[in-house]
Amino acid sequence: MAQKTDSNVYTVVFAAVMVVVVGSILAFLASALRPNIKENERFEKQQNILYAMGVNENGDDAGSVNFIPTDVVEDEFASYIKEQLVIQGDKITEDNEAYLIDLKKQLANIKKGEPYKLPVFLGEKDGKKFYIIPMYGKGLWDAIWGFIALDDTMTVQGVYFDHKGETPGLGANIKMRYFMDDFKGETILNGTQYAGIAVAKGNNDPLNNTKDDNEVDALAGATITGNGVSAMISETVKLYKPYLETIRAK
Amino acid sequence: MALLSKKDTNLITDPLADNNPITIQVLGICSALAITAELKASLVMAISVMFVLGAGNVVISLMRNIIPSKIRIIVQLIVVATLVIIVDQVLKAYAYELSKTLAVFVGLIITNCIIMGRFEAFALANGPWRSFLDGIGNSLGYGVILVIVGFFRELLGSGTLFGFPVLGDPIMKTGLYATGYENNGFMIIPPAALIVVGIIIWVQRSRNPALVEEN
Repeated sequence: MAQKTDSNVYTVVFAAVMVVVVGSILAFLASALRPNIKENERFEKQQNILYAMGVNENGDDAGSVNFIPTDVVEDEFASYIKEQLVIQGDKITEDNEAYLIDLKKQLANIKKGEPYKLPVFLGEKDGKKFYIIPMYGKGLWDAIWGFIALDDTMTVQGVYFDHKGETPGLGANIKMRYFMDDFKGETILNGTQYAGIAVAKGNNDPLNNTKDDNEVDALAGATITGNGVSAMISETVKLYKPYLETIRAK
Repeated sequence: MALLSKKDTNLITDPLADNNPITIQVLGICSALAITAELKASLVMAISVMFVLGAGNVVISLMRNIIPSKIRIIVQLIVVATLVIIVDQVLKAYAYELSKTLAVFVGLIITNCIIMGRFEAFALANGPWRSFLDGIGNSLGYGVILVIVGFFRELLGSGTLFGFPVLGDPIMKTGLYATGYENNGFMIIPPAALIVVGIIIWVQRSRNPALVEEN
């Protein structure tokens, strides 16, 4: 005997009802939680930018990544980041919401040949100036992004990396402190050329003592993510080169 | 246990050994290969799957009499995807740090065939309470294997457990490394998980020959 759930009409109606029910639950949830999520994402960006310039709660031990707490990050961001600039062609303007610019969209605009905006953040800590530049690229599975803080000699003062879906335990380790700390002190210059910094296997420098080789030690088992990081840094440097030229100490 | 009848207790204990989802049912292999390079990731994945499988089994079980059999796989997929997305969104709004840690697992949970497998094999034919127990039992069995594999891969591949160095420092050559021991880089990459899982299957079947399939 055929059950009522076998009929075509039942199947179609069930599918339609299910789609409507699930769709409304998700749509309701998404719009109800949206303000909270947006707020969290804003704080995260501020935390990331501050992290790159060394404003964080990391202890001296090479332990985990500790950001400025979310309840004070807004004030800290306002006090450490002196200027937020937007580069549009030859024009540089100030914009207090430059940190909200979605770099992914800007990079897409470049590809399409449309006008684009590049944000730069000028930070100051203990009288030292930091130029913090956002980065965006792709890893093995999905997007990777981050921030790189430079001084006027083009020496890296700190970096922050994050990713959407790299493999836990392998590529996901680009956001571990032991990897990010390796970039500190490296230079993006090779002589006078803008070379970026490559994530290199077999550079025979696991302690990262050589700071002028434009290389840091790679992560085992994460070749493609590492190559993604290298490519991301060199693309960013290329993109920002005209601006970097203007701030570089001669 | 007075709380559970003998039959119900078996729902929890069977998947831990003689009906293990990974080593006997051969489900969930892909995630067992992908995320077991570290013990911490293994544990997070095991707990996430426990939550989704427990809840998903109950939902599917409650719907078991109204789901049209022609599209049941799609319905199952929608249920698990919806559950995962709801959890993901709520965490993003109220526990952002935690959601960042779990973000990479979301895709792996939805496509974990243990979940679809238990929906299909158990929840569609059993009541909600028993389905819930089955979900917990199977995710425990899954988690046990994940943790075992994660333990050996992290220990032999990186010389750490939960990120803490336990064998000394490989670069400064202290502890075990002073004797000339080296980390085995092969353990870090996914094929090593296949070998570890293979060894577990071998050990388990040689201890209990009844598990060996005839062909």
